[in-house]
Amino acid sequence: MARVLINLPARAKRGEVIEIKTLIAHPMETGYRLGPTGAAIPRDIINRFTCTYNGDEVFRADLFPAIAANPFIAFFTQATESGEFAFSWTDDHGQTQTEVRQIIVE
Amino acid sequence: MRERSEGGPPTRRLMLLAAAGLGLAPFARPAGATPAAMDEAIRALVGEATVTRGKVKLEVPPIVENGNTVSLTVSVDSPMTEADHVTSIHLFNQKNPQPYVAAFHLGPRAGKASVSTRIRLADSQRVIGIAWLSDGSFWSDSADVIVTLAACAEG
Repeated sequence: MARVLINLPARAKRGEVIEIKTLIAHPMETGYRLGPTGAAIPRDIINRFTCTYNGDEVFRADLFPAIAANPFIAFFTQATESGEFAFSWTDDHGQTQTEVRQIIVE
Repeated sequence: MRERSEGGPPTRRLMLLAAAGLGLAPFARPAGATPAAMDEAIRALVGEATVTRGKVKLEVPPIVENGNTVSLTVSVDSPMTEADHVTSIHLFNQKNPQPYVAAFHLGPRAGKASVSTRIRLADSQRVIGIAWLSDGSFWSDSADVIVTLAACAEG
């Protein structure tokens, strides 16, 4: 499991627009670099990131090799109700890592 | 000086060509994206619609030392209501091996149409952000970035 950093407020007022910052440790191998033998290193990137808020998708990103290693994505969403955010990263092999964070909306 | 370079086998022109070849080698292999390739990728996204400059703000440093990580923020001037919001934001570049950088899908629940990320730039080039609004219109902004150390140069 790759290391993940997620930054979002623990508490928010109803209707408040909050910023969520995410980062996952991943080489984001482009497939354009050459290895020591001169053969291209096969592509291995995270191509999709999604964020759901109590089951509803609030943000999604399609990523390409031009995204830097350890992809960092920051975005905004409106705090509507207490509950959980689920963050999922999917790589080229179809493997998905999901992390969950709670928020209290008052 | 001139006579020597014309007579000797490794002329200055040859040396320049060799130097250019060396510099290009990492990117020349998978035919790099060109401004035309970028236009094609944008056309594939927007179809026949016109892309208007404005509303979108692309914040990226004008000069970066390391093309491997370039911080970038793209924001769109939009009320983000059910009736009028940003559906998606797309990033393109001119000279990386692929013109597409990323696509961000938002909705009215975002509250604020602003996304930050870090990208790779293989060369000094122009970056373009295009926003797709809920009324079907497209808006864009572009930024020129000078890169002193290109991404994947070590590879």
